Amino acid sequence: MDAPSVPLLEHQGGLMIAVKATLVRDLTLLLRRRGEVLNPLVFFALVITLFPIAISPDPELLATIAPGLLWVAALLAALLSLDSLFRSDYDDGSLEQLLLAPQPLAALSVAKVAVHWLLAGLPLALMAPLLGIMLALPAGSYAVLALSLALGTASLSLIGAIGAALTVGLARGGVLLSLLVLPLYIPVLIFGAGAVQAAILGDGVSAHLAILGALLAASLMLAPWAIAASLRISING
Amino acid sequence: MWAFIHKLGSPKWFYGISAKLQPWFWAAAVLLLVTGSLWGLAFAPADYQQGNSFRIIYVHVPAAFLAQSIFISMAVSGLVFMVWKIKVADMAAAVMAPLGAAMTFVALFSGAVWGVPTWGTWWMWDARLTSMLILLFLYLGVIALRGAFTSRDSASRAASVLAMVGVINIPIIKYSVDWWYTLHQPASFTLTSRPTMPTEMWLPLVIMVLGFYSFFIALTLMRTRSEILRRESSKRWVQELVNGQVVNAQAEETR
Repeated sequence: MDAPSVPLLEHQGGLMIAVKATLVRDLTLLLRRRGEVLNPLVFFALVITLFPIAISPDPELLATIAPGLLWVAALLAALLSLDSLFRSDYDDGSLEQLLLAPQPLAALSVAKVAVHWLLAGLPLALMAPLLGIMLALPAGSYAVLALSLALGTASLSLIGAIGAALTVGLARGGVLLSLLVLPLYIPVLIFGAGAVQAAILGDGVSAHLAILGALLAASLMLAPWAIAASLRISING
Repeated sequence: MWAFIHKLGSPKWFYGISAKLQPWFWAAAVLLLVTGSLWGLAFAPADYQQGNSFRIIYVHVPAAFLAQSIFISMAVSGLVFMVWKIKVADMAAAVMAPLGAAMTFVALFSGAVWGVPTWGTWWMWDARLTSMLILLFLYLGVIALRGAFTSRDSASRAASVLAMVGVINIPIIKYSVDWWYTLHQPASFTLTSRPTMPTEMWLPLVIMVLGFYSFFIALTLMRTRSEILRRESSKRWVQELVNGQVVNAQAEETR
């Protein structure tokens, strides 16, 4: 259960050094596998292309459903990239090294999630306004769309990492992961899509964004412990 | 206090004490459910607005209560299992999950049936129906996760973590769905504020709720007992219990 108590040297590196090293390592690794970063973006664009084809190319109709479509498609794209969050580290054994590190696992997993958001959530948020133009999203809501997605995908990455950590040891974890994670995404979706709707209707958006921020704060506070516990379960199992 | 908790953690002790408790809960469940359903379905006055279709609440409301209570007790059992490593708590959580999912489904289904005469449709994206549907997905997630692991210990701990994560999220989901619904509320739905019920209508409801809870406790005890026998089947006391005579006879022979 517990890691064996290896006699450690006094100064093996502080918490910040370890977090920074994890950040740099994960960023480097992901930037060398560009396909993994680009695939969710292409998926996002593809799913958005499907809707006008399936429903109607009528700009007025598309404009009414655009906020929800953009948010759902972005959420699914972010979900798609979750499975690889811990997968390669699990396969090559570096996840075990992370568990054995003297620094708390919760902090190190936050660093990993931060990299995931930086290369999956943030690009989606930046790309969404472009796809918004294609869906005839009414003017004045583009900034809110990007901002709500940037805030929301950070919570999605944190919550999703719990599911990814729980299923990383399973061979067929992919579908199970979405089954576990999607119900937990619903509050973020409600307030994220709600913010864009409010911007279109001309209502104040600060309340929605504030609640998205509150959800992010709550998940930032609680999710790391659940991620760490789940990783321990997956490694020992 | 600690001695008691320690005892409760022993499957053998739990097996013994639950054998004594079980008949009482079964008796209470049968008594309450029969009284409540007879009273509620046959004798309680019909609603002046909804007629006899309101009687579905005698199944719907207790099932909805249980659906939520079972998830909470599942998460509490998970916490007890994770903190004190009490195996019985995890066995109880494992047998509760399908029952909770079934209760959620019953609540959803009876709500849909009630919706036909009242709203004129099987399904509405009503706030309570939507949260119940999400709750059903959470249950299915816990059950699926437990089934996906080959190692039982990993499965237990993963399901415990997920149940705890879920229980933290349930109020957040509930309030965000409520908020979402008030923003998009359709106009046709006029029964949100039900008139306060007369005593002869809510007394059977209370009896039914108590009956459902007794049924839940009795069934959980029964299924936990079989789970104990299944998981502890390699232990000597279980083998002696199941085929005590055979084991003794074999021991005699080998001697």
